[in-house]
Amino acid sequence: MFYREAGDIKTSYVDDGQTFPIRLDRQLYFSALIVAWGVIPFLVDDYWANAVLLPFLIYAIAAIGLNILVGYCGQVSLGTGGFMAVGAYAVYKLMTAMPEVNILIHVFLAGGITALVGVLFGLPSLRIKGFYLAVATLAAQFFLVWLFNRVPWFYNYSASGQITAPERTIFGVVVTGANSETWATYLVCLFFVTLAALIARNLTRGAIGRQWMAIRDMDIAAEIIGVNPLSAKLGAFAVSSFFIGVSGALFFAVYLGAVEVGEVFGINKSFLVLFMIIIGGLGSILGSFAGAAFLVLLPVLLKNVLVGGLNWPTDLAAHLEFMIVGALIVIFLVAEPHGIAQLWRLAKEKLRLWPFPH
Amino acid sequence: MKKTLFGTLIVGALTSATPAMAELVFPSLSYRTGPYAANGVAIADGYADYFTLLNERDGGIGGEKARVIECETAYNTEKGVECYESTKGSGALVYQPFSTGMTYQLIPKVTADGIPLHTMGYGRTSAKNGMVFRNVFNYPANYWDGASVAIKHLLAINSGDIKGKTVALVYHNSAYGKEPIRTLEELKKKHGYELLLLPVDHPGQEQKSQWLQIRRERPDYVLMWGWGIMNQVAIQEAVNIRYPMENFIGIWWSGSENDVLPAGDGANGYKSLTFHNLGDDFPLYDDIRKYVTDAGKAAGDGTHVGTVLYNRGLYAAMLAAEAAKTAQKIHGTGKITPMQMRDGMEALEMTEEKMTALGLPDFGPSFDVSCENHGGDGFAAVAQWNAGAKQWELITEYVQADQDVVNPLIDEDSTAFAKENNISPGCG
Amino acid sequence: MDNLIFAAEVFVNGLMAGVLYSLVAIGFVLIYKASGIFNYAQGVMALFSALTLVGLMNGQVPFGHLINAIFGTQVHHFGWHLPAIVAIVLTMGVMVALAWIVQRVIFRHLINQEPIILFMATIGLAYFMEGLGDMMWGADIKKLDIGLPQGINTGIDSFTADLFGYGFFIDNLDIVATFIAAGLVVVLVAFSHYTKQGRAMRAVADDHQAALSVGVSLNFIWILVWSVAGFVALVAGIMWGTKSGVQFSLSLIALKALPVLMLGGFTSIPGAIVGGLIIGIGEKLFEFSVGPIIGGATENWFAYVLALIFLVFRPQGLFGERIIERV
Repeated sequence: MFYREAGDIKTSYVDDGQTFPIRLDRQLYFSALIVAWGVIPFLVDDYWANAVLLPFLIYAIAAIGLNILVGYCGQVSLGTGGFMAVGAYAVYKLMTAMPEVNILIHVFLAGGITALVGVLFGLPSLRIKGFYLAVATLAAQFFLVWLFNRVPWFYNYSASGQITAPERTIFGVVVTGANSETWATYLVCLFFVTLAALIARNLTRGAIGRQWMAIRDMDIAAEIIGVNPLSAKLGAFAVSSFFIGVSGALFFAVYLGAVEVGEVFGINKSFLVLFMIIIGGLGSILGSFAGAAFLVLLPVLLKNVLVGGLNWPTDLAAHLEFMIVGALIVIFLVAEPHGIAQLWRLAKEKLRLWPFPH
Repeated sequence: MKKTLFGTLIVGALTSATPAMAELVFPSLSYRTGPYAANGVAIADGYADYFTLLNERDGGIGGEKARVIECETAYNTEKGVECYESTKGSGALVYQPFSTGMTYQLIPKVTADGIPLHTMGYGRTSAKNGMVFRNVFNYPANYWDGASVAIKHLLAINSGDIKGKTVALVYHNSAYGKEPIRTLEELKKKHGYELLLLPVDHPGQEQKSQWLQIRRERPDYVLMWGWGIMNQVAIQEAVNIRYPMENFIGIWWSGSENDVLPAGDGANGYKSLTFHNLGDDFPLYDDIRKYVTDAGKAAGDGTHVGTVLYNRGLYAAMLAAEAAKTAQKIHGTGKITPMQMRDGMEALEMTEEKMTALGLPDFGPSFDVSCENHGGDGFAAVAQWNAGAKQWELITEYVQADQDVVNPLIDEDSTAFAKENNISPGCG
Repeated sequence: MDNLIFAAEVFVNGLMAGVLYSLVAIGFVLIYKASGIFNYAQGVMALFSALTLVGLMNGQVPFGHLINAIFGTQVHHFGWHLPAIVAIVLTMGVMVALAWIVQRVIFRHLINQEPIILFMATIGLAYFMEGLGDMMWGADIKKLDIGLPQGINTGIDSFTADLFGYGFFIDNLDIVATFIAAGLVVVLVAFSHYTKQGRAMRAVADDHQAALSVGVSLNFIWILVWSVAGFVALVAGIMWGTKSGVQFSLSLIALKALPVLMLGGFTSIPGAIVGGLIIGIGEKLFEFSVGPIIGGATENWFAYVLALIFLVFRPQGLFGERIIERV
C-alpha cells in the first residue's frame, strides 16, 4: 500500500537520481515543507516559537553539522559548544563592525569563520582516532570558551562581558533584538534549516559523502582505494563546523539575543548535540531532526504534562523528567540500537510489505 | 517524522494552556534542581511563602489574591526563556529570575512585552539608570555597591586608611564574577590599595592554585564573588591554609548557610555582605509559622525558614507586594496590569515605619525609587558567621556605597547601552 | 630562589591533585577495559554513591519528598545515625545492586553492539541516575564527614619551614587520599592477579570469545566490574565530597578525568595514575608560571591541550595498547 516502488517508473536519469526516489516519501517531504513554510508562520505565537520551534530548528542545524562529522565521517567530536561560540561571536563582531550589511550574509560569514577554526582543531584527527579524538576536541571546547571570556575585544569591551544582539532587519522586517517579529525569526531559522538539510543530503549522497563514509568504515582501507584522508577528514570538519557555526550564530542573534559564553556554550552543549545525533541516528539527516526533537520537545512536553497537567511540585517533576528521558534513551536502545531514524526505516520496510508480508 | 512531531505539538498545546484568571500573578522562575539547587530551593520557598502568607492572613494584596506560578529553570538560560514565554501570557506582573545570565536574556524581552523585571542584588548593574532601562529595577543594591561597601568596611576597621594594603579578589570567571573589578580599580585610585585578581573557572571545584597563591602573597584581605560550589570550596581552602577568616569577605551570593556549613567550625568569623536582615527574629515569622508552615501550606518542607536565602526570597516577595500595593493606590484599581505594576515599582518608598508595620522592623535599608534611580541608594551591611551558634550575625549598620565612584560608572555603561540600542533616555 | 621553592610547593600540590584525578580515571579504565564501554555515568555514580552514603549516615528517608508529596505525610528522618563504616558497607551494597540492575536491564541486551551505542546507553543511565539521586535524597548540599583529617599538615609545614624558610602547604585530606588511592591500586592489582575472579576479569578484558569458551561467565564478570567501578566511584565521591560537600557539581569531576584518560590510555590502570600525576602537576605549574601573564583560570583547558599535544605524538596514550590496524 505504502512506499511501493512498483509502478513508480523512472524514465530519465534525472528521475532516477533524485533525492527521494519513492513517491510517497517525496509527497511526505513536500507536504512537510509546505506546512513548515506555508502554514506554521501564520499560526506560530511567542511561546511556540521561542520555547519550542526556534531551539528545535537551531539544534537541528547543529545536529546536521555534527552528524556529518560523526555519523558520516566517523570523527567523534565534543567541541560543538566551542564551535557554536565561534559562530556566535563571529556574527556579533560582524554585526557591530558592519551594520549596513544584511544579517543573512553575516550568518554565512560566521559559518565560514567557524569552518576555518574547525579545520584548525580538526588537524589532530589525522593522528588521533575514536574516543581519544573526542576528548581531544574537548581541548577546543575549553580553550575557545576561555578565550572568548578572556579577551575583551570579542565582546567589544562591554562592562558586563556579555554580547547582546543589536536590532537588524531583513527586507525591512526586524529579525534580531527585542522587537523582532516571531514569524520572521521562525522563517529565518527555517530558511537555514532547509538549506542545511538540502546541502547535507546532497553532499552525503555524492562523491564527497562516499569518501567520508569510506573513511568512517575504515580509514586505512579508504586510503588504499584512493581516498585522501587529509582532504576528506578536514573537509568533513570544515562542512560540519560551517553548519555548527551557522547554528551558533542563529542561537545567539535570533533565539537568545544575549549570551554569556561560559553559560550558554559550555561543555553541556557539546554533549547535548552529540546525544541528539546518537539518539536520532548516526549517519542520517532525518535522525538529526528526530534527535533534536527528542531532546528539545520531550522535556518541554514532560514538564507541561507533569506540572501543568498533573500539578506536581516543579522540583519532583524536574527529577522525574530526568529519569524518564534517561529511561527512554535506554528503552529506545534496547529496542533499536541505531536510533530513531532506524526505527523509521524499519517502519517503512514494514509498511512496504503491508498488508501482505509474504 | 513530521507527523509525530505534530502529534507532540498538539498534545503539548493542550496541556500547556493555562487559563487566565483575575488574580495578581507573580511568576517564580525557580531552580530547585541543577547545580545551584541548594540555593534555589531556599529562595523559591521564601518567595512563595510570603505570598501564601498574604493570601491566608490578609486575603491577598488589596483584596486580590496573589498567585505564584512556579516554573523550574535549573539555572539554565534556555529553560528560563521557555519559562518566561509560558508564564508571560498569564498576566505576570513582575519577573525575578535570581540569575544574572537569565536577566540579560530577559531585559530586551520584558522591555518589548511591557513587563517589569526586578533583579535584586544581581543582574545588570547599570539598570539602575531608569531613564535607559525603563522596565528594569535593581533596588536596593547592586554589585558595584557591594564592592564599594566591602572596601568601606575595610576602611572602617582600619580607621580610614588602607593605603599599601593588598586586597585579593577571588572571582567566578564569568560576567558575574568580573562585575566588581571595574569598581575596585576605581576605588584603588582613590584609596591606594593593591588589587590582586584571582579568577576561578566554573564550576570551581579545584582552587588549590588560587589559594596557594594567596598563601604565598599574603594579601591583607580577600574578597570573593562566587556562587554555588565555588563558595564552599573557597571557604574550605581558606580554612585549610589558615587564612584569618575575619579578613575574608564574600558578596551576598557567597554568604549563605550552605556556603559555610560544610567547612564546619573553621569557617567561624567569615564575613559576607547582605542587603537585608538575617535570622527569623521578626514578628512576621510568627505569622509565617502560624499561617504557612504549621498549616501545611509551605512551598518546601519548611526547614529553610530563617536562612539567609529564604529571607532573600521573602524580601524580594515583600518588595514586590509593596510595589503592587503602591500601584493599586496610584491607579485606584485592585487588578493592576504589568505596566501599572511598573509605575508602582517606580514610585516605591520603603521606610522603616512601613517595614515595622509589616512585622519586619529593620529588615532592609530605607530607600525611594524614582525614574532616575531604579537602584535604591546602595546600602548594604556586613554579616559574620558564628559557627558555634550556626548563624549569621549583622555586625554593622547599613552602610552606603561610595556613590561618587559608582554613579559615574553606571552613567557611562547605561549611556553606552542606550547608544547601542537607539534608546533616547528620558522619563516620559 | 624563592620562586623555585614556591614552584616546588606547587609541584607537590599538583601531585596530590593528580592522585585525585587518577582515582576518578581508574573507574573509567576498569569498565572500558573489561567491556569496551566508555562509561559516561562514572561521575554521576560518584555523586550517587556519596549521596547514598550521607543519606544512610544521617538516617534520611529515601524518596522522602516524593512520599510526602503523594501521601501528605511529613517523613524526613528515621532518627538514627549510622557510623561511617557501616554506612560505607551499606552503600557498597547499593552500588553492587546497581551494578546488577545495570547489567540485567541494559547491557545484557546490548552485547556485541558498537562502542558508540554502549556509550549512549551510559548517557541514558547518567540521566536516570541524576534524577534518581535527587529524587531519593533531595538537592540540598550535604556535609560529608567520615572522620578524614582536613587542613594543613603541620609536620610538613614546620619541617619545610626549617629547611627553606618557607613552610609548604599540604592538605591532610590530600595525603590521606594519596594513601587510599595507593592502597586501592595495590588491592586492585592483587585482586586481578591472585584471585580466580580477578584472573577471569583479565581474561575477559583480553578476549571475550576466548574467555567465554573456557567457561568464564561474562555476565558475572561484568557485574563484578561495575561493582568495582562503583566502589572506586564511592571512594572518589568521599574524597571530593569531604572537600566541598555532597552536591550536584560532584558529577562534574568526570571532566577532570577525561584528559587523564587521554594521556594514560583508556586501557591501563598504571596509565591512569601516571596520566593523573602529569596532568595534576602540569596544570598547577602552568597556572603558577604562565597563568598570571595571560589572565589565569587556565587549568580547565590546559589539561586538555597538554593531553592533545601529547596524543599527536603518541595516539594511543602513554600506556594504551598499541593500535594495530589491518585492512
